[in-house]
Parts: sequence; structure tokens; C-alpha cells
Amino acid sequence: MDEFFGTLFGSTPVSQQLGYLQAALLENIWETLYSTALATFFSYVIGLPLGIILVAGEKNGIRPLPRPLMSVLNFVINILRSVPFLILMIVVMPLSRLILGTSIGTEATIIPLTIAAFPFVARLVEGSLRETDAGVIEAAHAMGCTPFQIVRKVMLPEALPSLVTGFTTAAITILSYGAMSAAIGGGGLGSLSIVNGYQRRMYLILYVTVILLVILVQIIQSVGTWAANRLDHRGGKSRKTRLRVRFNDPIHLEIGPDEQDGDGEKHRSEKGGFQ
Amino acid sequence: MIELRHVSKVFPTADGELRALNDINLTIGDGDVFGIVGMSGAGKSTLVRCINLLERPTQGQVVIDGKDLCALPEKELILQRRAIAMIFQQFNLLMQRTCLKNICFPMEIAGVKPTEAKKRALEYLGIVGLPDKADAYPAQLSGGQKQRVAIARALASDPKILLCDEATSALDPKTTRDILRLIQDINRRLGITVVVITHEMAVVEEICSHVAILDHGVLQETGTVEEVFSSPKTEAGRRLVYPDGVVIDQLPAANVIRIAFNGGSSYEPLIASLAIDCGVKANILGADTRNVNGQAFGTMLLGLPDDPDQIARAMNYIKNQPNVTVEEVRDYHG
Ligand SMILES: Nc1ncnc2c1ncn2[C@@H]1O[C@H](COP(=O)(O)OP(=O)(O)OP(=O)(O)O)[C@@H](O)[C@H]1O
Ligand SMILES: [Mg+2]
Repeated sequence: MDEFFGTLFGSTPVSQQLGYLQAALLENIWETLYSTALATFFSYVIGLPLGIILVAGEKNGIRPLPRPLMSVLNFVINILRSVPFLILMIVVMPLSRLILGTSIGTEATIIPLTIAAFPFVARLVEGSLRETDAGVIEAAHAMGCTPFQIVRKVMLPEALPSLVTGFTTAAITILSYGAMSAAIGGGGLGSLSIVNGYQRRMYLILYVTVILLVILVQIIQSVGTWAANRLDHRGGKSRKTRLRVRFNDPIHLEIGPDEQDGDGEKHRSEKGGFQ
Repeated sequence: MIELRHVSKVFPTADGELRALNDINLTIGDGDVFGIVGMSGAGKSTLVRCINLLERPTQGQVVIDGKDLCALPEKELILQRRAIAMIFQQFNLLMQRTCLKNICFPMEIAGVKPTEAKKRALEYLGIVGLPDKADAYPAQLSGGQKQRVAIARALASDPKILLCDEATSALDPKTTRDILRLIQDINRRLGITVVVITHEMAVVEEICSHVAILDHGVLQETGTVEEVFSSPKTEAGRRLVYPDGVVIDQLPAANVIRIAFNGGSSYEPLIASLAIDCGVKANILGADTRNVNGQAFGTMLLGLPDDPDQIARAMNYIKNQPNVTVEEVRDYHG
């Protein structure tokens, strides 16, 4: 019997692991939540305007911007999206030191998370805004809207359900990448599961943290889907949120999860994730 | 008054330039219901979009009440546009706003106070006959109801001009008639100038006072509906007015006359009296007449007996009828 529990829960006695969990769990849940929330917030602070610019500023957009500017913007976003997250975290360390005075710890993970996520968010927003019916924008033009009014009163509200769906995807992706923050000493459920659960072979801790992460993701997704449907007045077919979370989504630790996403549905692999 | 002066629009396309509008000159008077008809691809939408400069003409001027819109700076143009409302084939309502909020939209844009806007929006909902749909979302409405909301929204900007681009083309005949009635009613009650783009002559018959015929980007003819419908002067005009009507080329060589009815009684009594009063037995070769606002319009081709005396009598008789013109047809080929 002891043998069995030994392989299942690791060599550390279960009671010791439970004690550890009791002491550390709440704090780590909190760290996960607040680093995810802040990183998501800052990603949108940067990514939302960029997404708007990507749509409004293109050649046939409502406020065309100089072509070179758009090319540079697209290029930068693509570059940032192609740098693996672990490498980005290390590269960004000096920046974290500059802004926060420290390059390690939970706070310090927020900066690389934001930098990795805002280009992803910009693309998500871009995708949502492109769904706006061209006829409605034309009607807005005919009614004498300024470009700013079209963005604020037509494009954003019309795309709201889709934006909320994208927001849910972004938050979950950021949550899952936050798990990697153990690499630079960040706290949270991810690091609890990696450092204590996996590396120190306290498997009970591993299981509990992973289950908690799964539950968190399920909650975020459910709330997101509910909100998107609630906000959707466009009626009828096809518009309902189709994003579903796969079980292992939040706990990817490998670099370049897109490769592992072979089983993902098409829209998932299109949207990908940031790396 | 809307004046288009030498308006041309050229689209650059992959295989060269596409001249969608070619030197259009058009005057639309205040309070008119002006129809612009033409086949698909004739440039109707482009033309109407030039009126509010959604499409900027490549050449020419768009003058509204003496002001050349093309010369205005962007800010000024946006203000001018608010006096030109537009409705569309696909309604183009904001799907995420209730009907009431949709109607409030132009007022919101123009900075009308929300309480005032709401009050007026409810009035407009009443005018278009949907007082109970204030809180419904467009997705919950039928096509005809959506177009009514779109019309209410158009009215909300207190426009001088209403542009309708195929506004009834997505609707069934009965709903089409109701919507046209509403537009006509608005034109009469509020004195708003209406420009109706359509490919259906029935729409023009139903509500228009004037009509312009557009073909391949060229304005073929323009005039009152009565004039154009009774005797279209151009090939494009005839094709539209009589889509499956008289094809002159196929008529036998005979003494053919064309009679145009400009709003009198229908043609049977004329033929009858021609036989009884003049003793001339006419042969109806073809006819296409229609009822416009309760009056008969159209043309008829008559073949007359090969007798100069009878021909003279018939011509003389017909010429003396009210609301009828007659001409000899010489442009047929035997
Ligand atoms: N943005 C554009 N770029 C290039 N060509 C265009 C553009 N808009 C219209 N055209 C072309 O201009 C011509 C006139 O188009 P327009 O939409 O005005 O026709 P229409 O008379 O409204 O036809 P329909 O009855 O089918 O709506 C067409 O040949 C069309 O392909
Ligand atoms: Mg058209």
C-alpha cells in the first residue's frame, strides 16, 4: 500500500505535502490570478489600440495610414509573436529591472507576459473588428460619422461579442504562459506545480495545482462564453462562441505549443497562441 | 437642389481603368422624387454614392444648394452629410443596438441630448408604424420592419435629402409597395427630396416624379416620368420601359404609325372610334401601355391599310385626340 502511494504521490509523505499545500496554495492561487489579470489588462492597453489601427489604418480602412507605417507595425507584431516565450522572458529581464527595479519574481513576469501577449491581442482584436459588416460602416459614413466615431460607436460595439470571446482566449493563454514564469522565479500555481510538484517529486502537489489550473480555465471560459452570448444580439446562426478549451491547454511547458496543437480545431490553430 | 456637373468616376482596376460614370449632368429639384434607373452595373450605386461623396468623383462637381461638396474640407463635408440621409438594400442597421438606439444614432453623432434624442426617436418609430418595436433588436425584425427602422433612422438626422439605393430590392412585392408608400408619404409630408435608385421600373411608376436613365455610366435621358415613359427617346430608355415590349425591327413593312399615350384613357376606345368615325380598320401590331398614377402611358404600333386617303384621315383623327401623339414609323427594316 505504501509502495503504491509512494509512486502515485511521490516519495515525500502525503501529510507533509498536504501541510505544504495548506501553507502555499492560497497565496499561489492569488499570484496566478493577479499576474494573469494584470498581464491581460496591460496586453489590452497596448493590443486593443494596435488592433484598431491594423483595421482602420489599412488601405481601404476608415482612416488609412501611410503604408510604411502599417508594414512596420505588422512586421513588429509578427516578430514578437514568433519569439518563444521562454527566450522572451530572458531577453526582457533588463527591461523588467528598469521598470520594476527587479527582474525576477511574480511582478517581473507581468512584463514579459504583456510583451508576449499584446501582439497576440492585437491580432485577436484585428480579427474581431474585421467582422464588422462593411455596409454598416458605409451607413455610418453616410450619416456623417468621423473615423473616431465609427471606431467607438460602430466597430467596437458591433464586434463586442467577438471581442469578449477573444478576451477569454487571451486571458486563458496568458494564464497558461504564466505557468512558465517559474523560470524567472515567478510564483503562482504553475511554478508550484513545476518546482514543488514536478522537480521535487511531490506529486500530490502536482495533481492539486494542475486540477486547480484546469478549474480556473474552465471558469474563465464559461464566464467568457456566457458573457459573449449574453452580449450577442446579432441573432441567428453561427455567431455563438465556438472556442473550446482543451484539457492540457494551461499547463503546456514546452516551447512552441503550436506544434503540439495538431489536434486543435481549425480556428484554434489559426489564432494560435503567442510563443 | 442637387446638381451634378460633368461628374465622372473612374475606378482603377487590375485590367485598366473602369469608367463607371461618364460626364453626368443632372439636376434634381427640391421636393422631387427622382428615380435613377438602369441595368445592373450601369453605375447607379456609384452615382448615388457620389451625391453624398461616399464616392469621390474623379471629375466634376456635386453641388447641393449651391455648395460644391467636392471643394469642402473633410470636417465640413461630414457636417453636410448629416443633411443627406441614405437607406440601403441590406438595411445596414447596427445589430447590437435596439431599434430605438439605432434611430438615436445619427442624433448621438450630431450631439443631440440623449433625452431629447429618445423622445424624437420614439416619434419617428411612430411615423414608420413600429411604435412597439423600440426595444427590439434588428435581428428580431422582418426585412420590411428593418427597412422601416432604417427609414426612421434616416429621418432622425432631419435630412433635406433621402437617398435610397435599391431600398426595396430585398423585399417582397407587398412590402415593397408599403415601403414605397411610406417614402412617398414622407416626401409629401416633410418635403424631403428623395432620390430612388432602382432597376425596377415598377418602383419608378409607383412613386417617382422624375426619372433618369443610366446606361453604362452614361446618362441617356432624363425628364418627368410621364415624358420618359410615354416616349422613351433612347434605345436604353426603350429597353427599360418596355423590357419585353415592341421590337420594331421584326415588324412587317407596312404603313406603321406609333401612337404614344401621355396619360389619357386606354387605347381600346381610340381603335374603336377610329373604325367607327373614320372607317379606318387599324391593325394592332404591338402595344405596351401601363398605368402610372392612374393614367395610361405607353406606345402602340398600328398598321394602317395601304391607302393614302385612309392614312391621312387616321393621322388627322388621332392628332386631334387629347394626350395622344402620333408619328409615322420609318425606322423599321422590312
Ligand atoms: N470600388 C470599385 N472598384 C472598382 N470598380 C467598381 C467599384 N465600385 C463599382 N465598380 C464598377 O462600376 C460599375 C458600376 O457599379 P455600380 O455598383 O454603380 O452599378 P449599379 O448600377 O449599382 O449595379 P447594381 O444594379 O447591380 O447594383 C460596375 O462595373 C462595377 O464593377
Ligand atoms: Mg447598386
